[in-house]
Amino acid sequence: MSAPLWMFLAFVGATLVITWWAAKRSHGSDSFFAANRRITAWQNGFAVSGDYMSAASFLGIAGLIAFSGYDGFMYSVGFLVAYLTVLLVVAEPLRNAGKYTMADILAFRLSPRPVRAMASLSTLTVSIFYMIAQMVGAGTLVALLFKGSGITYEYAVCGVGALMIIYVTFGGMLATTWVQIIKAILLLGGTFLLSLFVLARYHFSLGEFFDAVSHVTYTVKGHAVTRNFLQPGLKYGSGYGPLDLISLGLALLFGTAGLPHILVRFYTVPDAKAARLSVVWAMFLIGVFYIMTTFLGFGAATLMGPDYITANGGTNMSAPLLAKVVAGDVFFAFICAVAFATILAVVAGLTISASTSFAHDIWTNVIHKGVERSKNEEVKVARLTALVVGVVSIALAIVLKNANVAFLVGLAFAVAASANLPVILLSLFWRRFNTAGAVAGLATGLAASIILILISPSIMGIDAADVKPALRHFIQSPAIFPLSNPGIVSIPLGFIGAVLACLLTREPAAEAKFAELKVRAHTGIGAEKAIIH
Amino acid sequence: MNDSQPPLGLLKSEPPQEEKFADWDAVAATEEFRQLLRRKARFIVTACVFFITYYFALLVLVGYAPRLMERKVIGVVNIAYLFALSQFFMAWIIAALYVRAAARYDETATRIVRNFRGPK
Repeated sequence: MSAPLWMFLAFVGATLVITWWAAKRSHGSDSFFAANRRITAWQNGFAVSGDYMSAASFLGIAGLIAFSGYDGFMYSVGFLVAYLTVLLVVAEPLRNAGKYTMADILAFRLSPRPVRAMASLSTLTVSIFYMIAQMVGAGTLVALLFKGSGITYEYAVCGVGALMIIYVTFGGMLATTWVQIIKAILLLGGTFLLSLFVLARYHFSLGEFFDAVSHVTYTVKGHAVTRNFLQPGLKYGSGYGPLDLISLGLALLFGTAGLPHILVRFYTVPDAKAARLSVVWAMFLIGVFYIMTTFLGFGAATLMGPDYITANGGTNMSAPLLAKVVAGDVFFAFICAVAFATILAVVAGLTISASTSFAHDIWTNVIHKGVERSKNEEVKVARLTALVVGVVSIALAIVLKNANVAFLVGLAFAVAASANLPVILLSLFWRRFNTAGAVAGLATGLAASIILILISPSIMGIDAADVKPALRHFIQSPAIFPLSNPGIVSIPLGFIGAVLACLLTREPAAEAKFAELKVRAHTGIGAEKAIIH
Repeated sequence: MNDSQPPLGLLKSEPPQEEKFADWDAVAATEEFRQLLRRKARFIVTACVFFITYYFALLVLVGYAPRLMERKVIGVVNIAYLFALSQFFMAWIIAALYVRAAARYDETATRIVRNFRGPK
């Protein structure tokens, strides 16, 4: 067996022990959905980081910077700055006035059934899109890493799916949290070491490093070109590029605070103050990580170059290949294992937030009008949902084996920013907001993001005959919408939909409860308490 | 029922989830609460306007003023990279300022709750 496999098995073993430990301590809903609300601020900071820094960040951004230089680094900046929205606007009111899901905060003063149904639909959509991107990524990665060991794409996808089902169904939120904490430590450690190895190649001189970054030579259409990788515009330089970059920035800035799997993390801490401090912890860890993508991405560009990476597995392999080049096979194995840990922690987080939303919002509150018919029914339904979500994701990932699904992450952010965030903001800060507004806002944001992506260059385009099937566009015709990132249109549409529908209707009951929401959100009176056994 | 911590002067005999606290409007109407919201809003709105402007200034300048952003400042390192890097520190500084301000909001919130519920 290969070294990456051993290290990966060690990680899996450790996480299964944690799941067993968590399963023994898990009793009841607060335990399963919110880890008894006893996760401390620093623990939740690590867990938020672990939940957030996906394979798209670790492998994707390293690759983007290695191929597009500075423009790739724009993702890194947006991913961190986005946390200011979470810190300043969302985390504390959510913790104070909600219970398990994003929909709780909307259902607080609005008519619960329609609002929960729509919010849950949006949550499930975001989770499934994001999950498929992660699962297909995991499968492709394995096929490349363990080439010749008999482990195929399908085995990898089933393995990842099975593990996430086990973590969530047996260990609930407590196990998921610790998987995320360990993964965050591994990812930060691995990235730090890799950055050191890169810098060592330049005698720890930043001057020497950036000099190399300023002239990277590679082949474009058969000709060798030398480019300054610190210069903006290699990816978003021409045509609609700058506008696309701004649209991406909008989706990142407003989408992060609407990602359901990030929001549920704030229910796991004892109070709003701990939620606030956990965001600060996360901002520190995430910031340090994304600054280090400078060394990963530019290091891959200078020490290997885009040509070498393309010949040895492609963009997403930039970080693992870099590890091999700068520090040899054992470190390569370690970085591969880290990449897996990354994917596992993120899919576990997505699974639990999707199952929580289905069990708490749809099953208990929409179908059974807020009444649990038997003890622990909600937890049982959530466990079953996790199983279904896992199986569906495995099936979809296998069907989409050769498809290019990187755009799904962008779509998830776009839906979160266009559907979820407008209604969260309006329900927290606008007295006049009502049920019609929330339902319309969620529906418009969701529909606008999906439709605009379907007619964007991510899906539509005409490929030359020699383009590999995996990279071909789904629809072979010119794109109708020119931007790959719909945010700049879909976010305003989400807001407009919500505000218009709201202005056309009146709901005195919702306005009457605004004072209660304000007092709860800003003082913590009546907030869900931590449970001490 | 599980034992729960009694923060904010909550009576221990009260069941934690079904808190009897009907007078939300009265709390919302107090000068102290309204002032808390005004102070919070002032900080949060200022901070949001600042960081959103600062962030989109980078994206707009990178997209529409590439010549300016390519100007080299330290060795080969250009304005574009330094501006991007500064975003990280901007985010950390705003977070630190907010935590400091929020500690004062917490004190006020605790006081408001105590006034309405009695210190018991």
